[in-house]
Amino acid sequence: MKLITAIVKPFKSDAVREALSELGVSGMTLTEVKGFGRQKGHTELYRGAEYVIDFLPKAKLEIAVADELTEQVIEAICKAANTGQIGDGKIFVSNLEQTIRIRTGESGNDAL
Amino acid sequence: MRAKKPITKLLWSSLLLLLLPSAALAQDAGLDTGNTSWILTSTALVLFMTLPGLSLFYAGLVRTKNVLSVLMQCFAIAVVISILWLLVGYSIAFGPAESAFWGGLGKALFNGVVVDSLSGDIPETVFASFQMTFAIITPALIVGAFVERLKFSAMLLFSVLWTLVVYFPVAHWVWGGGWLMERGLIDFAGGTVVHVTAGVGALVVALVIGPRKGFPGGNLLPHNMTMSFTGAAMLWVGWFGFNAGSALAANGSAGMAMFVTHISAATGALTWMAIEWFKFGKPSGLGAITGMVAGLATITPASGSVGPAGALVVGLCGGLVCYWATTTMKQKLKIDDSLDVFPVHGVAVWWAPSSPASWSQPTSVSSVVMDWPTA
Repeated sequence: MKLITAIVKPFKSDAVREALSELGVSGMTLTEVKGFGRQKGHTELYRGAEYVIDFLPKAKLEIAVADELTEQVIEAICKAANTGQIGDGKIFVSNLEQTIRIRTGESGNDAL
Repeated sequence: MRAKKPITKLLWSSLLLLLLPSAALAQDAGLDTGNTSWILTSTALVLFMTLPGLSLFYAGLVRTKNVLSVLMQCFAIAVVISILWLLVGYSIAFGPAESAFWGGLGKALFNGVVVDSLSGDIPETVFASFQMTFAIITPALIVGAFVERLKFSAMLLFSVLWTLVVYFPVAHWVWGGGWLMERGLIDFAGGTVVHVTAGVGALVVALVIGPRKGFPGGNLLPHNMTMSFTGAAMLWVGWFGFNAGSALAANGSAGMAMFVTHISAATGALTWMAIEWFKFGKPSGLGAITGMVAGLATITPASGSVGPAGALVVGLCGGLVCYWATTTMKQKLKIDDSLDVFPVHGVAVWWAPSSPASWSQPTSVSSVVMDWPTA
Protein backbone atom coordinates (compact mmCIF):
# COMPACT_ATOMS: atom_id res chain seq x y z
CA MET A 1 0.00 0.00 0.00
CA LYS A 2 1.07 3.56 -0.66
CA LEU A 3 0.10 6.89 0.89
CA ILE A 4 -0.14 9.53 -1.78
CA THR A 5 0.00 13.16 -0.61
CA ALA A 6 -0.89 15.64 -3.31
CA ILE A 7 -0.59 19.42 -2.90
CA VAL A 8 -2.76 21.10 -5.53
CA LYS A 9 -4.35 24.46 -6.27
CA PRO A 10 -7.47 24.76 -4.10
CA PHE A 11 -9.87 25.17 -7.01
CA LYS A 12 -8.56 21.91 -8.55
CA SER A 13 -9.48 19.71 -5.58
CA ASP A 14 -12.92 18.83 -6.97
CA ALA A 15 -11.50 17.85 -10.36
CA VAL A 16 -8.96 15.58 -8.66
CA ARG A 17 -11.63 13.97 -6.51
CA GLU A 18 -13.76 13.20 -9.56
CA ALA A 19 -10.87 11.76 -11.52
CA LEU A 20 -9.93 9.50 -8.60
CA SER A 21 -13.49 8.34 -8.02
CA GLU A 22 -13.56 7.13 -11.64
CA LEU A 23 -10.51 4.95 -10.87
CA GLY A 24 -12.36 3.41 -7.94
CA VAL A 25 -10.57 5.23 -5.15
CA SER A 26 -13.17 5.23 -2.39
CA GLY A 27 -11.81 7.69 0.12
CA MET A 28 -9.46 10.58 0.70
CA THR A 29 -8.70 13.37 3.17
CA LEU A 30 -8.64 17.05 2.15
CA THR A 31 -6.87 19.70 4.24
CA GLU A 32 -6.65 23.42 3.52
CA VAL A 33 -2.98 24.31 3.89
CA LYS A 34 -0.54 27.11 3.08
CA GLY A 35 2.85 26.78 1.49
CA PHE A 36 5.20 27.77 -1.28
CA GLY A 37 7.57 26.23 -3.79
CA ARG A 38 9.10 27.68 -6.90
CA GLN A 39 6.11 29.97 -7.27
CA LYS A 40 7.28 31.76 -4.12
CA GLY A 41 4.65 34.08 -2.65
CA HIS A 42 2.71 36.97 -4.06
CA THR A 43 2.16 40.62 -3.13
CA GLU A 44 -0.91 42.07 -1.42
CA LEU A 45 -1.89 45.73 -1.37
CA TYR A 46 -3.04 47.32 1.90
CA ARG A 47 -3.65 51.07 2.14
CA GLY A 48 -1.19 52.06 -0.53
CA ALA A 49 1.61 49.72 0.60
CA GLU A 50 2.55 46.37 -0.96
CA TYR A 51 3.37 43.39 1.25
CA VAL A 52 5.01 40.11 0.19
CA ILE A 53 3.00 37.09 1.29
CA ASP A 54 5.18 33.93 1.30
CA PHE A 55 2.55 31.31 1.97
CA LEU A 56 -0.16 30.71 -0.58
CA PRO A 57 -3.34 28.75 0.07
CA LYS A 58 -3.20 25.17 -1.28
CA ALA A 59 -5.26 22.00 -0.93
CA LYS A 60 -3.58 18.89 0.50
CA LEU A 61 -5.11 15.54 -0.50
CA GLU A 62 -4.11 12.33 1.26
CA ILE A 63 -5.05 9.10 -0.47
CA ALA A 64 -4.21 5.58 0.65
CA VAL A 65 -4.17 3.16 -2.30
CA ALA A 66 -3.24 -0.43 -3.14
CA ASP A 67 0.20 -0.81 -4.76
CA GLU A 68 -1.19 -1.78 -8.18
CA LEU A 69 -3.32 1.40 -8.35
CA THR A 70 -0.50 3.80 -7.48
CA GLU A 71 0.68 4.68 -10.99
CA GLN A 72 -2.85 5.24 -12.26
CA VAL A 73 -3.68 7.51 -9.32
CA ILE A 74 -0.55 9.60 -9.83
CA GLU A 75 -1.34 9.95 -13.51
CA ALA A 76 -4.93 10.94 -12.81
CA ILE A 77 -3.89 13.60 -10.29
CA CYS A 78 -1.30 15.04 -12.67
CA LYS A 79 -3.88 15.27 -15.42
CA ALA A 80 -6.69 16.70 -13.31
CA ALA A 81 -4.64 19.26 -11.37
CA ASN A 82 -2.59 20.56 -14.30
CA THR A 83 -3.03 24.12 -15.48
CA GLY A 84 0.43 24.54 -16.98
CA GLN A 85 1.00 27.53 -14.72
CA ILE A 86 3.61 27.76 -12.01
CA GLY A 87 2.14 26.71 -8.64
CA ASP A 88 0.29 23.58 -9.79
CA GLY A 89 1.67 21.64 -6.83
CA LYS A 90 3.44 18.36 -6.06
CA ILE A 91 2.76 14.71 -5.37
CA PHE A 92 4.60 12.79 -2.63
CA VAL A 93 4.42 8.99 -2.49
CA SER A 94 5.38 6.99 0.59
CA ASN A 95 5.08 3.40 1.75
CA LEU A 96 2.15 2.59 3.98
CA GLU A 97 2.69 -0.17 6.51
CA GLN A 98 -0.81 -0.91 7.58
CA THR A 99 -4.42 0.22 7.23
CA ILE A 100 -7.21 -0.72 9.64
CA ARG A 101 -10.92 0.01 9.36
CA ILE A 102 -11.96 0.89 12.90
CA ARG A 103 -15.59 -0.22 12.65
CA THR A 104 -14.92 -3.81 11.52
CA GLY A 105 -11.28 -4.35 12.37
CA GLU A 106 -10.46 -5.26 8.74
CA SER A 107 -6.88 -4.57 7.76
CA GLY A 108 -4.61 -4.26 4.69
CA ASN A 109 -6.10 -3.83 1.22
CA ASP A 110 -9.54 -4.86 2.56
CA ALA A 111 -9.64 -1.73 4.69
CA LEU A 112 -8.96 0.71 1.82
CA MET B 1 -68.36 76.93 -8.59
CA ARG B 2 -64.68 76.96 -9.44
CA ALA B 3 -64.16 80.47 -8.15
CA LYS B 4 -65.63 79.57 -4.81
CA LYS B 5 -63.32 76.69 -4.06
CA PRO B 6 -60.13 78.65 -3.17
CA ILE B 7 -62.14 80.89 -0.89
CA THR B 8 -63.58 77.94 0.99
CA LYS B 9 -60.09 76.48 1.28
CA LEU B 10 -58.77 79.76 2.62
CA LEU B 11 -61.52 79.92 5.20
CA TRP B 12 -60.86 76.41 6.36
CA SER B 13 -57.12 76.89 6.58
CA SER B 14 -57.43 80.14 8.53
CA LEU B 15 -59.76 78.35 10.91
CA LEU B 16 -57.14 75.62 11.29
CA LEU B 17 -54.42 78.19 11.84
CA LEU B 18 -56.45 79.73 14.63
CA LEU B 19 -56.85 76.34 16.24
CA LEU B 20 -53.32 75.02 15.79
CA PRO B 21 -51.23 77.16 18.16
CA SER B 22 -53.56 76.56 21.07
CA ALA B 23 -53.56 72.84 20.33
CA ALA B 24 -49.77 72.79 20.26
CA LEU B 25 -49.56 74.78 23.48
CA ALA B 26 -51.86 72.37 25.17
CA GLN B 27 -49.50 69.54 24.22
CA ASP B 28 -45.97 70.78 24.79
CA ALA B 29 -44.80 74.34 24.40
CA GLY B 30 -42.06 74.71 21.83
CA LEU B 31 -41.55 71.02 21.11
CA ASP B 32 -41.17 70.11 17.44
CA THR B 33 -42.15 66.50 16.89
CA GLY B 34 -40.61 66.32 13.41
CA ASN B 35 -37.22 67.46 14.67
CA THR B 36 -37.49 65.20 17.68
CA SER B 37 -38.17 62.10 15.64
CA TRP B 38 -35.22 62.80 13.33
CA ILE B 39 -32.79 63.25 16.23
CA LEU B 40 -34.12 60.07 17.87
CA THR B 41 -33.34 58.30 14.60
CA SER B 42 -29.92 59.95 14.31
CA THR B 43 -29.03 58.87 17.82
CA ALA B 44 -29.60 55.25 16.83
CA LEU B 45 -27.59 55.76 13.62
CA VAL B 46 -24.58 57.22 15.42
CA LEU B 47 -24.55 54.46 18.05
CA PHE B 48 -24.75 52.00 15.14
CA MET B 49 -21.51 53.53 13.84
CA THR B 50 -19.66 52.26 16.93
CA LEU B 51 -21.72 49.14 17.63
CA PRO B 52 -21.09 47.30 15.43
CA GLY B 53 -19.81 49.50 12.53
CA LEU B 54 -16.44 50.72 13.78
CA SER B 55 -15.94 47.55 15.87
CA LEU B 56 -16.22 45.32 12.79
CA PHE B 57 -14.17 47.69 10.64
CA TYR B 58 -11.32 47.56 13.17
CA ALA B 59 -11.76 43.85 13.97
CA GLY B 60 -11.20 42.91 10.32
CA LEU B 61 -7.99 44.95 10.21
CA VAL B 62 -6.19 43.09 13.01
CA ARG B 63 -4.81 39.55 13.14
CA THR B 64 -7.14 36.64 13.87
CA LYS B 65 -5.95 36.28 17.45
CA ASN B 66 -6.95 39.85 18.32
CA VAL B 67 -10.45 40.06 16.82
CA LEU B 68 -12.27 39.50 20.08
CA SER B 69 -9.96 41.89 21.92
CA VAL B 70 -10.84 44.73 19.54
CA LEU B 71 -14.57 43.97 19.57
CA MET B 72 -14.50 43.89 23.37
CA GLN B 73 -12.56 47.16 23.60
CA CYS B 74 -15.11 49.03 21.46
CA PHE B 75 -18.01 47.47 23.32
CA ALA B 76 -16.57 48.19 26.77
CA ILE B 77 -15.92 51.81 25.79
CA ALA B 78 -19.58 52.20 24.81
CA VAL B 79 -20.60 50.77 28.17
CA VAL B 80 -18.27 52.82 30.34
CA ILE B 81 -18.53 56.15 28.52
CA SER B 82 -22.34 55.98 28.68
CA ILE B 83 -22.19 55.78 32.47
CA LEU B 84 -19.56 58.52 32.56
CA TRP B 85 -21.83 60.69 30.41
CA LEU B 86 -24.63 60.32 32.93
CA LEU B 87 -22.37 60.98 35.92
CA VAL B 88 -20.48 64.09 34.79
CA GLY B 89 -19.94 64.08 31.01
CA TYR B 90 -23.11 65.82 29.92
CA SER B 91 -22.64 68.46 32.59
CA ILE B 92 -18.99 69.16 31.71
CA ALA B 93 -19.84 69.49 28.02
CA PHE B 94 -23.22 71.19 28.09
CA GLY B 95 -23.67 72.24 31.70
CA PRO B 96 -24.90 75.66 32.84
CA ALA B 97 -21.63 77.16 34.14
CA GLU B 98 -20.61 80.47 32.53
CA SER B 99 -17.06 79.28 31.94
CA ALA B 100 -15.15 79.28 28.66
CA PHE B 101 -13.53 75.96 29.59
CA TRP B 102 -16.16 73.67 31.07
CA GLY B 103 -19.83 73.47 31.83
CA GLY B 104 -19.45 72.84 35.54
CA LEU B 105 -21.19 70.12 37.52
CA GLY B 106 -24.64 71.69 37.61
CA LYS B 107 -26.12 68.94 35.48
CA ALA B 108 -24.16 66.04 36.97
CA LEU B 109 -26.30 62.89 37.12
CA PHE B 110 -28.65 64.70 34.69
CA ASN B 111 -29.69 67.03 37.49
CA GLY B 112 -32.76 68.95 36.32
CA VAL B 113 -33.17 66.99 33.12
CA VAL B 114 -36.77 65.80 33.21
CA VAL B 115 -39.35 64.56 30.72
CA ASP B 116 -40.45 68.10 29.83
CA SER B 117 -36.97 69.71 29.61
CA LEU B 118 -36.27 71.13 26.19
CA SER B 119 -33.05 71.83 24.35
CA GLY B 120 -34.07 74.13 21.50
CA ASP B 121 -37.24 72.53 20.20
CA ILE B 122 -36.36 68.91 21.02
CA PRO B 123 -36.46 67.19 24.42
CA GLU B 124 -33.22 67.61 26.36
CA THR B 125 -33.09 63.84 26.88
CA VAL B 126 -32.96 63.40 23.11
CA PHE B 127 -30.23 66.03 22.69
CA ALA B 128 -28.21 64.48 25.52
CA SER B 129 -28.58 60.95 24.11
CA PHE B 130 -27.56 62.14 20.65
CA GLN B 131 -24.46 63.83 22.09
CA MET B 132 -23.69 60.74 24.17
CA THR B 133 -23.26 58.66 21.02
CA PHE B 134 -20.58 61.13 19.86
CA ALA B 135 -18.81 60.81 23.20
CA ILE B 136 -18.84 57.02 22.71
CA ILE B 137 -17.42 56.89 19.20
CA THR B 138 -14.53 59.30 19.85
CA PRO B 139 -12.51 57.16 22.32
CA ALA B 140 -13.57 54.10 20.29
CA LEU B 141 -11.83 55.64 17.26
CA ILE B 142 -8.58 55.83 19.24
CA VAL B 143 -8.69 52.05 19.76
CA GLY B 144 -7.25 51.77 16.25
CA ALA B 145 -3.97 53.27 17.44
CA PHE B 146 -3.22 50.77 20.20
CA VAL B 147 -4.86 47.54 19.02
CA GLU B 148 -3.10 44.21 19.57
CA ARG B 149 -0.93 45.39 22.47
CA LEU B 150 -2.76 47.21 25.27
CA LYS B 151 -3.97 45.45 28.41
CA PHE B 152 -7.74 45.61 28.85
CA SER B 153 -7.61 47.40 32.21
CA ALA B 154 -5.12 49.96 30.89
CA MET B 155 -7.33 50.52 27.85
CA LEU B 156 -10.34 51.22 30.07
CA LEU B 157 -8.41 53.56 32.34
CA PHE B 158 -6.98 55.47 29.38
CA SER B 159 -10.36 55.78 27.66
CA VAL B 160 -12.10 57.07 30.79
CA LEU B 161 -9.36 59.60 31.60
CA TRP B 162 -9.00 60.77 28.02
CA THR B 163 -12.73 61.30 27.62
CA LEU B 164 -12.89 63.11 30.94
CA VAL B 165 -9.89 65.37 30.36
CA VAL B 166 -10.04 65.89 26.59
CA TYR B 167 -13.37 65.05 25.01
CA PHE B 168 -15.87 66.55 27.46
CA PRO B 169 -14.06 69.91 27.78
CA VAL B 170 -13.41 70.21 24.03
CA ALA B 171 -17.08 69.47 23.35
CA HIS B 172 -17.84 72.41 25.65
CA TRP B 173 -15.28 74.66 23.94
CA VAL B 174 -16.76 74.06 20.51
CA TRP B 175 -20.45 73.25 21.07
CA GLY B 176 -21.32 74.11 24.65
CA GLY B 177 -20.54 77.84 24.59
CA GLY B 178 -16.80 77.65 25.31
CA TRP B 179 -13.98 79.81 23.99
CA LEU B 180 -13.72 78.24 20.51
CA MET B 181 -17.45 78.73 19.95
CA GLU B 182 -17.11 82.36 21.01
CA ARG B 183 -14.35 82.84 18.44
CA GLY B 184 -16.70 81.71 15.71
CA LEU B 185 -15.37 78.21 15.00
CA ILE B 186 -17.83 76.24 12.91
CA ASP B 187 -17.82 72.57 13.69
CA PHE B 188 -21.06 71.39 12.22
CA ALA B 189 -20.82 67.70 13.10
CA GLY B 190 -17.63 67.15 15.03
CA GLY B 191 -14.61 67.59 12.78
CA THR B 192 -12.72 69.17 15.66
CA VAL B 193 -14.53 67.69 18.63
CA VAL B 194 -14.46 64.11 17.36
CA HIS B 195 -11.92 63.66 14.58
CA VAL B 196 -9.11 66.05 15.50
CA THR B 197 -9.18 65.02 19.16
CA ALA B 198 -9.32 61.30 18.29
CA GLY B 199 -6.64 61.60 15.59
CA VAL B 200 -4.18 63.50 17.76
CA GLY B 201 -5.00 61.33 20.79
CA ALA B 202 -4.28 58.27 18.65
CA LEU B 203 -0.94 59.60 17.48
CA VAL B 204 0.17 60.46 21.00
CA VAL B 205 -0.91 57.16 22.55
CA ALA B 206 0.82 55.20 19.78
CA LEU B 207 3.98 57.22 20.34
CA VAL B 208 3.90 56.71 24.11
CA ILE B 209 3.21 52.94 24.22
CA GLY B 210 5.52 52.14 21.31
CA PRO B 211 5.10 49.82 18.34
CA ARG B 212 3.93 46.20 18.18
CA LYS B 213 6.55 43.47 17.96
CA GLY B 214 7.49 43.10 14.33
CA PHE B 215 6.64 46.69 13.32
CA PRO B 216 7.38 47.79 10.70
CA GLY B 217 7.10 44.48 8.93
CA GLY B 218 5.01 42.35 6.67
CA ASN B 219 3.24 40.04 9.08
CA LEU B 220 0.94 42.49 10.84
CA LEU B 221 -1.68 42.28 8.12
CA PRO B 222 -5.47 42.51 8.20
CA HIS B 223 -7.09 39.09 8.57
CA ASN B 224 -10.61 39.61 7.25
CA MET B 225 -11.58 42.15 4.63
CA THR B 226 -15.19 40.95 4.59
CA MET B 227 -15.53 42.07 8.20
CA SER B 228 -13.92 45.44 7.43
CA PHE B 229 -16.15 46.00 4.40
CA THR B 230 -19.23 45.26 6.48
CA GLY B 231 -18.14 47.64 9.23
CA ALA B 232 -17.15 50.37 6.78
CA ALA B 233 -20.51 50.18 5.03
CA MET B 234 -22.23 50.56 8.41
CA LEU B 235 -20.07 53.61 9.12
CA TRP B 236 -21.21 55.16 5.85
CA VAL B 237 -24.89 54.68 6.74
CA GLY B 238 -24.40 55.76 10.36
CA TRP B 239 -22.62 58.92 9.21
CA PHE B 240 -25.96 60.21 7.88
CA GLY B 241 -27.07 60.44 11.50
CA PHE B 242 -23.73 61.91 12.51
CA ASN B 243 -23.78 64.78 9.99
CA ALA B 244 -27.42 65.27 9.03
CA GLY B 245 -28.44 64.76 12.66
CA SER B 246 -26.10 67.55 13.68
CA ALA B 247 -28.50 70.03 12.12
CA LEU B 248 -30.56 69.18 15.22
CA ALA B 249 -33.61 69.58 13.03
CA ALA B 250 -35.44 67.82 10.23
CA ASN B 251 -34.96 70.57 7.67
CA GLY B 252 -33.15 71.63 4.50
CA SER B 253 -29.86 71.96 6.33
CA ALA B 254 -30.08 68.32 7.40
CA GLY B 255 -31.01 67.30 3.86
CA MET B 256 -28.05 69.12 2.36
CA ALA B 257 -25.71 67.75 5.04
CA MET B 258 -26.82 64.21 4.22
CA PHE B 259 -26.30 64.68 0.50
CA VAL B 260 -22.88 66.33 0.71
CA THR B 261 -21.79 63.65 3.20
CA HIS B 262 -22.71 60.96 0.73
CA ILE B 263 -21.00 62.67 -2.19
CA SER B 264 -17.81 63.25 -0.21
CA ALA B 265 -17.70 59.58 0.86
CA ALA B 266 -18.11 58.41 -2.73
CA THR B 267 -15.51 60.88 -4.02
CA GLY B 268 -13.02 59.93 -1.31
CA ALA B 269 -13.37 56.23 -2.16
CA LEU B 270 -13.07 56.86 -5.89
CA THR B 271 -10.00 59.08 -5.40
CA TRP B 272 -8.18 56.43 -3.36
CA MET B 273 -9.09 53.70 -5.86
CA ALA B 274 -7.82 55.84 -8.73
CA ILE B 275 -4.47 56.52 -7.02
CA GLU B 276 -3.90 52.79 -6.34
CA TRP B 277 -5.02 51.84 -9.82
CA PHE B 278 -2.56 54.30 -11.28
CA LYS B 279 0.30 53.36 -8.96
CA PHE B 280 -0.07 49.59 -8.56
CA GLY B 281 -2.18 48.61 -11.55
CA LYS B 282 -5.20 47.67 -9.43
CA PRO B 283 -7.45 49.26 -6.82
CA SER B 284 -7.69 47.48 -3.45
CA GLY B 285 -10.67 46.82 -1.21
CA LEU B 286 -9.10 48.29 1.88
CA GLY B 287 -8.04 51.32 -0.16
CA ALA B 288 -11.61 51.94 -1.31
CA ILE B 289 -13.09 51.80 2.18
CA THR B 290 -10.26 53.86 3.68
CA GLY B 291 -10.86 56.54 1.04
CA MET B 292 -14.54 56.45 1.94
CA VAL B 293 -13.82 57.03 5.65
CA ALA B 294 -11.39 59.82 4.71
CA GLY B 295 -14.08 61.51 2.60
CA LEU B 296 -16.57 61.20 5.45
CA ALA B 297 -14.22 62.53 8.12
CA THR B 298 -13.17 65.47 5.93
CA ILE B 299 -16.69 66.62 5.12
CA THR B 300 -17.82 66.35 8.76
CA PRO B 301 -16.99 69.88 10.00
CA ALA B 302 -18.09 71.46 6.74
CA SER B 303 -21.19 69.35 6.08
CA GLY B 304 -23.45 72.20 7.16
CA SER B 305 -21.85 74.80 4.95
CA VAL B 306 -20.78 73.32 1.59
CA GLY B 307 -22.93 72.55 -1.42
CA PRO B 308 -22.86 69.41 -3.60
CA ALA B 309 -20.05 70.70 -5.84
CA GLY B 310 -18.07 71.72 -2.78
CA ALA B 311 -18.52 68.17 -1.45
CA LEU B 312 -16.86 66.88 -4.60
CA VAL B 313 -13.82 69.07 -3.89
CA VAL B 314 -13.77 68.18 -0.18
CA GLY B 315 -13.98 64.44 -0.93
CA LEU B 316 -11.28 64.64 -3.59
CA CYS B 317 -8.87 66.53 -1.35
CA GLY B 318 -9.76 64.31 1.63
CA GLY B 319 -8.84 61.24 -0.42
CA LEU B 320 -5.60 62.78 -1.69
CA VAL B 321 -4.43 64.15 1.66
CA CYS B 322 -5.26 60.96 3.59
CA TYR B 323 -3.55 58.80 0.97
CA TRP B 324 -0.43 60.89 1.33
CA ALA B 325 -0.70 60.73 5.13
CA THR B 326 -1.16 56.94 5.36
CA THR B 327 1.70 56.24 2.97
CA THR B 328 4.41 58.90 2.86
CA MET B 329 3.84 60.56 6.21
CA LYS B 330 3.40 57.29 8.10
CA GLN B 331 6.65 55.92 6.69
CA LYS B 332 8.50 59.03 7.78
CA LEU B 333 6.98 59.16 11.26
CA LYS B 334 7.57 55.45 11.94
CA ILE B 335 4.90 55.49 14.64
CA ASP B 336 2.77 52.35 14.92
CA ASP B 337 -0.63 54.02 14.80
CA SER B 338 -1.79 50.55 13.83
CA LEU B 339 -5.05 51.20 11.98
CA ASP B 340 -4.11 54.69 10.74
CA VAL B 341 -6.40 56.70 13.00
CA PHE B 342 -4.29 59.86 12.76
CA PRO B 343 -3.73 59.80 8.99
CA VAL B 344 -7.41 59.13 8.27
CA HIS B 345 -9.16 61.16 10.99
CA GLY B 346 -6.61 63.61 12.30
CA VAL B 347 -5.10 64.97 9.11
CA ALA B 348 -7.88 65.70 6.67
CA VAL B 349 -9.87 67.74 9.11
CA TRP B 350 -6.96 70.08 9.76
CA TRP B 351 -6.98 70.67 6.08
CA ALA B 352 -10.61 71.77 6.25
CA PRO B 353 -9.78 75.47 6.85
CA SER B 354 -8.99 75.74 3.19
CA SER B 355 -12.25 74.07 2.22
CA PRO B 356 -14.96 76.19 0.61
CA ALA B 357 -16.75 76.43 3.94
CA SER B 358 -14.02 78.54 5.45
CA TRP B 359 -14.23 81.16 2.77
CA SER B 360 -16.72 82.75 5.09
CA GLN B 361 -16.01 81.23 8.49
CA PRO B 362 -13.36 78.99 10.02
CA THR B 363 -14.13 75.28 10.25
CA SER B 364 -11.14 74.00 12.12
CA VAL B 365 -9.03 74.76 15.14
CA SER B 366 -5.98 75.61 13.08
CA SER B 367 -7.72 78.46 11.32
CA VAL B 368 -8.86 79.97 14.61
CA VAL B 369 -5.36 79.65 16.04
CA MET B 370 -3.80 81.14 12.93
CA ASP B 371 -6.18 84.09 13.12
CA TRP B 372 -5.39 84.57 16.78
CA PRO B 373 -3.59 87.94 16.74
CA THR B 374 -6.18 89.63 14.59
CA ALA B 375 -9.40 87.90 15.48
